[in-house]
Amino acid sequence: MNTSETLTFECETGNYHTFCPISCVAWLYQKIEDSFFLVIGTKTCGYFLQNALGVMIFAEPRYAMAELEEGDISAQLNDHEELKRLCLQIKKDRNPSVIVWIGTCTTEIIKMDLEGIAPKVETEIGIPIVVARANGLDYAFTQGEDTVLAAITHRCPEYKSWIDEKNGIEEKSLSVYSKQNRDDTFKSPKHPPLVLFGSVPSTVASQLDSELKRQSIRVSGWLPAQRYTELPSLGEEVYVCGVNPFLSRTATTLMRRRKCKLIGAPFPIGPDGTRAWIEKICSVFGIKPQGLEERESQIWNNLKDYLDLLRGKSVFFMGDNLLEVSLARFLIRCGMIVYEIGIPYMDKRYQAAELSLLRDTCKKMHILMPHIVEKPDNYNQIQRMRELQPDLAITGMAHANPLEARGINTKWSVESTFAQIHGFTNAKDVLELVTRPLRRNNSLEHLGWTNLLQPTMI
Amino acid sequence: MKLAYWMYAGPAHIGTLRVASSFKNVHAIMHAPLGDDYFNVMRSMLERERDFTPVTASIVDRHVLARGSQEKVIDNITRKDKEQRPDLIVLTPTCTSSILQEDLQNFVARASISSDSDVILADVNHYRVNELQAADRTLEQIVRYFLNKARRQGVLNRSLTDTPSANIIGIFTLGFHNQHDCRELKRLLQDLGIGVNQIIPEGGSVEHLQDLPKAWFNIVPYREVGLMTAKYLEREFGMPYISTTPMGIVDTAEFIRQMENFINSFLSKERVDYESYINYQTQFVSQAAWFSRSIDCQNLTGKKVVVFGDATHAASITKILVREMGIHVGCAGTYCKHDAEWFNEQVQGFCDEALITEDHTEVADTIARIEPSAIFGTQMERHIGKRLEIPCGVISSPVHIQNFPLGYRPFLGYEGTNQIADLVYNSFTLGMEDHLLDIFGGHDTKEVITKSLSTETDLTWNTESQRELKKIPGFVRGKIKRNTEKFARQEGITTITVDVMYAAKEALST
Repeated sequence: MNTSETLTFECETGNYHTFCPISCVAWLYQKIEDSFFLVIGTKTCGYFLQNALGVMIFAEPRYAMAELEEGDISAQLNDHEELKRLCLQIKKDRNPSVIVWIGTCTTEIIKMDLEGIAPKVETEIGIPIVVARANGLDYAFTQGEDTVLAAITHRCPEYKSWIDEKNGIEEKSLSVYSKQNRDDTFKSPKHPPLVLFGSVPSTVASQLDSELKRQSIRVSGWLPAQRYTELPSLGEEVYVCGVNPFLSRTATTLMRRRKCKLIGAPFPIGPDGTRAWIEKICSVFGIKPQGLEERESQIWNNLKDYLDLLRGKSVFFMGDNLLEVSLARFLIRCGMIVYEIGIPYMDKRYQAAELSLLRDTCKKMHILMPHIVEKPDNYNQIQRMRELQPDLAITGMAHANPLEARGINTKWSVESTFAQIHGFTNAKDVLELVTRPLRRNNSLEHLGWTNLLQPTMI
Repeated sequence: MKLAYWMYAGPAHIGTLRVASSFKNVHAIMHAPLGDDYFNVMRSMLERERDFTPVTASIVDRHVLARGSQEKVIDNITRKDKEQRPDLIVLTPTCTSSILQEDLQNFVARASISSDSDVILADVNHYRVNELQAADRTLEQIVRYFLNKARRQGVLNRSLTDTPSANIIGIFTLGFHNQHDCRELKRLLQDLGIGVNQIIPEGGSVEHLQDLPKAWFNIVPYREVGLMTAKYLEREFGMPYISTTPMGIVDTAEFIRQMENFINSFLSKERVDYESYINYQTQFVSQAAWFSRSIDCQNLTGKKVVVFGDATHAASITKILVREMGIHVGCAGTYCKHDAEWFNEQVQGFCDEALITEDHTEVADTIARIEPSAIFGTQMERHIGKRLEIPCGVISSPVHIQNFPLGYRPFLGYEGTNQIADLVYNSFTLGMEDHLLDIFGGHDTKEVITKSLSTETDLTWNTESQRELKKIPGFVRGKIKRNTEKFARQEGITTITVDVMYAAKEALST
């Protein structure tokens, strides 16, 4: 394998395993508490959701399939009437504040005009309907969230002026902040409004909020908010910053359609990423970060046990959820060697700051730049892994067991999508995930069962 | 359009993939968008499969939408042919390719020119058939393809094996306890001196399919998958088949008698007689016959249950419960709508009502209405049962990972009868235990008042109350005693009488 001084980008066949982007309903319906997600697709989509989301399906989830039948495909049935009927039923049963229609491959192919039908149904039933085309023709896994957030962006209220709101904020802040913070608060806001975008669990959102508060930066809203009815205001004066690497459409929509100013920063994954993220936001607002360096090194100290386990070990990202670059950068900083970063889609503009942090990290740690392989080919990757014998492969569940049977430690990539990985606080959780196979296998090592394949299977 | 939260049977391509990937050295290529290869996850996770699932996708993306697949599918087929040298490549259509209406058959024809593997297009329509029907068709299609090929090449071997032998048709990946059932069937045949000619598709090789007609007869353990193949083989080669599922004592005996008939019809002398084997197994190897006479099972008499699952399992379990255990089946149902007629015929006379539906809410409503003491169903019914606080034994797909046990758990044959008896009995005792706990007002108490059953001297139980305490079944007695004493202390009572016990129970149940 060639290694070089600069990051190399390759593009393969796109023959890789990933989750269908409709899986985003699984975490988005939990995040947006008053929403209902209606996936308009076939049995295939339903079967995927049912199996991928396991137990969740039994908990009366706020999502369902509008299962297309032969009559829908051949246009013997009227799409508008059908969707209206189902949405009325949803309104009756659940009365959500918003219904999100998830368009799928099938609606794309039969060219069902969801964007056209939605406003009509919206007026007829009196519930906002947001249309997101999260299909496997165009997107992979987490990009589903991107399409939903991009669609919801249009529904955010218009931001008037931050000077008007200033007084209101000051009054409200008084009751919220403790006494020692009050002095800072009185002076705030020193900066224009900041809206963060990306769906994270509410605890993670408040952790990131409070990290920024330490730097006297106030987050005026999150996209998405806990409830659809609490979406943040957007406008020309509003600064926006992403917390996840897969939100390039949302970023584009925020800039182009809502005229927001995008802060391009590395993503707050790992203590290094979190620090760089905060520093970038501070620098945009002309604020000098306070105590960030100490905070970061304190986190690194707490991670010592994990780092001892990871140092010098190699890792191979097969690529399926677009978190790969950020995770790889963090793991390199932890002392790991990254052979390959597979990634479904690489937006070099949206991820520019993250990529440059990756480059700096490699230099700092004196390791060779990894290959970034866009649209990877899983078959080729497995051949490469055979050569390289990495200590850890971060991969989808389709390959995990077969690789384990061949003596390669694996970590399911899906877990980093569902676990809490953002901010200083959760750096430990990421390493807990990454080291789990290593720790498990350390305790089994002496048994001599590393390779569990029958000779014929190799 | 249909509002749906859950489905019992998956989409058609899953059935095709299950059959294809069960064969050795057969590769399936799905014509599908990114993300539709979820089958690989299921196989790798549920079956804990050590090998890579031999399924890849020829990805349908925007370019394909705009210009058609053109060379893409053919390239993918020939590439796979070179990489892994499979015996057969099955091009698998999905819901997406059904609508695109590309001429996949043409791709197959062109790809087979340049590849060493045989290439076929799975003949399934996403909008017409479900997972099980598709699996049935695909298996028949593959068998037919290779028998025709052998016939053309003149290598078809139609001479029967010297000793009696059978093919087992329909054991495949992700099937409910299929691996265990297969082992049990093999053991049963071995006991009877019947050879196993071939098992398909699981672990079978397509290169050997031409030897299928050498068997004396075919066995189709589950009617969902394999029946089409068996019928084809009967039509083409006059091979008789048994579609009786050897589940439960009665049907296992029936199954063995059918084999006896077939074998004797081929033999002129030295006819086989399996009757003594059946008797011995029934009475002494299987514990189920004895279990049904034991007093444990007596307690189950007339208890009402609901059964739901695929046609094979739901019908067999219904018959076992009623015929072999004296349990009352309030409702027996299946989601195999395409097989409704057969199912109704099977359960007629064994249950109060039959339910044929794919809608889990209808099943839930029926269960809620009937209020059975136990449910025997799929994972969905298990969750319905949780909500309604009714115990459930899982007897059929769709299933979770816990239904792929590592231990030996067949449902078929004589060991199967033992497993089923355990399953049934455990479901009920759990229900009974719950019920008793309710009656005696005890659920897990958070604080432990006394660690041992005998308490300190500040409380005395009079003779009557001691006698009463002894009447309470052992497994809840300790809890009742603790609850009563806790109550007595709260109320400042020092002598516990029967009245105090009842008062304690009342206080707890409010």
